[in-house]
Amino acid sequence: MLAYIVKRFIGMLVVMFLVVTAVFIIVRMTPGDPAAVMLGPDATTADVQALRQRLGLDRPIIVQYLQFFGNLLTGDLGRSIFLNAPVTQVLAARAEPTLFLTLFSLLIAVGIAVPAGVYAACHRGSLFDQAALAFAMLLASIPSFWMGLVLIQIFASGLGWLPASGYGGPDASFGERLRHLALPAVTLGVVSSALILRFTRASMLDVLGDDYVRTARSKGASEFVVVMKHAFKNALVPIVTVIGLTAALLAAGAVVTETVFGLPGVGSLVVNAVLRRDYPVIEATLLVVAGLYVLINFLIDLMYLAIDPRVRF
Amino acid sequence: MAAAAPTVTDPGLWRVLVSRRSVMIGVVIFAIIAGAALLAPWVSPYDPFKLSIANRLKPPSARFWFGTDEFGYDIFSRTIYAGRLSLLVGLGVVVLASIIGVALGVFAGFYRKADVFLARVIDAMMAFPDVLLAIALMAALGPSLVNVIIALSVVYAPRIARVVRASTMVIRELPYVEAARAIGVSTPRILVFHILRNLVSPILVQATFVFAHAMLAEAGLSFLGVGVSPDIPTWGTMISAGRQFVGKADWMILFPGLAIVLAVLSLQMIGDGLRDALDPRLTKDM
Repeated sequence: MLAYIVKRFIGMLVVMFLVVTAVFIIVRMTPGDPAAVMLGPDATTADVQALRQRLGLDRPIIVQYLQFFGNLLTGDLGRSIFLNAPVTQVLAARAEPTLFLTLFSLLIAVGIAVPAGVYAACHRGSLFDQAALAFAMLLASIPSFWMGLVLIQIFASGLGWLPASGYGGPDASFGERLRHLALPAVTLGVVSSALILRFTRASMLDVLGDDYVRTARSKGASEFVVVMKHAFKNALVPIVTVIGLTAALLAAGAVVTETVFGLPGVGSLVVNAVLRRDYPVIEATLLVVAGLYVLINFLIDLMYLAIDPRVRF
Repeated sequence: MAAAAPTVTDPGLWRVLVSRRSVMIGVVIFAIIAGAALLAPWVSPYDPFKLSIANRLKPPSARFWFGTDEFGYDIFSRTIYAGRLSLLVGLGVVVLASIIGVALGVFAGFYRKADVFLARVIDAMMAFPDVLLAIALMAALGPSLVNVIIALSVVYAPRIARVVRASTMVIRELPYVEAARAIGVSTPRILVFHILRNLVSPILVQATFVFAHAMLAEAGLSFLGVGVSPDIPTWGTMISAGRQFVGKADWMILFPGLAIVLAVLSLQMIGDGLRDALDPRLTKDM
């Protein structure tokens, strides 16, 4: 078992290494001189030269690559060109709205999708089942930004119940922040519930046909006990997996949702960074999000080991 | 030799298409959208690029079915024309991502030594959420229609490669491949006629989903202002333009949005039906 964990850990490190390499390559795919692109057409040659030097762009590519790695290992993600501050500091300042948005939308997605998926599986072929599947497919076809705009139209401009954008003032209360997060979280949560619903239903269907479920029923256990204790518990592994991966996807969905709702989070930071060609910020966000995804994957693998005694390596 | 290779997973795609109601509905909706886009000059009632200040921000009516925007452009005509580009992006991404993904996947699935490295590369690329990777690539490449297609192909190729790799690994071990090898069929020939031929169905299913996701992603990129230039009408840029008029001219975002939803939904219905038919356990997803 320890050998398996070590093997998976090394595998994860290799993927991380490739992720870092991919980020390095992506940002350097820019045609022409990144320094000139970043500073825009009004910059003087001296400015461009200074920035090239600061970013190490005047050195051979392999040296740049090694330095990129070295900085990363010491936790140095570089400096934002536009904001003129360390990227780690910029990211930290923007993390709160994104974290809350991800958390609340995940709660909404799980709250809708898991009960609906379980119920649909228990009543396979019923009207509810068919409606849930059709609805899930419809949700997966809606662009989240469009859904956000429609919700703004209804609940903010139309009914005036909730704010259309922003995150409240700098000293807004937590309740005020929640009001600002309501529409974005519903947008992101509802759109991402589709995948979780389908997975929950499929994995419940998988276990509902198993022998031990039949045994539990024949013992005279109530339907609720059969479904919740015997079936759901065993269906949980794939469900938790997809929830974990959805969490990482939500962080990316936040890019679009935050822009729609003007939330000052990491997502809108990245979009602005792209528009201003602030490459260090783009690099750092890619690294953090992809790194989290790889890490979550690794933890899920370990979790299999802990919660499913059938998994042996 | 090619004719002798039996198909393992193909229950007859055409039969699946016509026997499933949801697939049929999907095909019909998609055909209408694609048909309207192809025949745009004949179908659309107005010139989508003709300014008409007198008719700006008109709500939907018998004259302007979907209303007009702030320049007086007819939204119905523009939605039809925008479909051309949105579908073109989807198609371009499907073709390019399939070429890269299939080559990568077959290679990784067939050659175990290459797989050790390629499987990790595929894993690493899949670690980037699609929209985030796409906007980072757009930042590097610069905004243009061709670059959107390139960026999204890089995003979706690993997703196709993963499915192709898994299927190749299964097919590689089947007796007829062994038999072909035993009678001396060359490796390239095995790859093309025995392996690739049997991958057609899973690739087709995956391609349908990639088409749908690519159209969603293009709309997202254009909406964020990092995709296609704002004055080129795609469904994404149209919604983006309508953003300032929420509450005043809601039809500006309503109709292009519905167009995206219908197009993506129809593709998902087709892809879903095909997948169910090919894999009754429906355990795999993108």
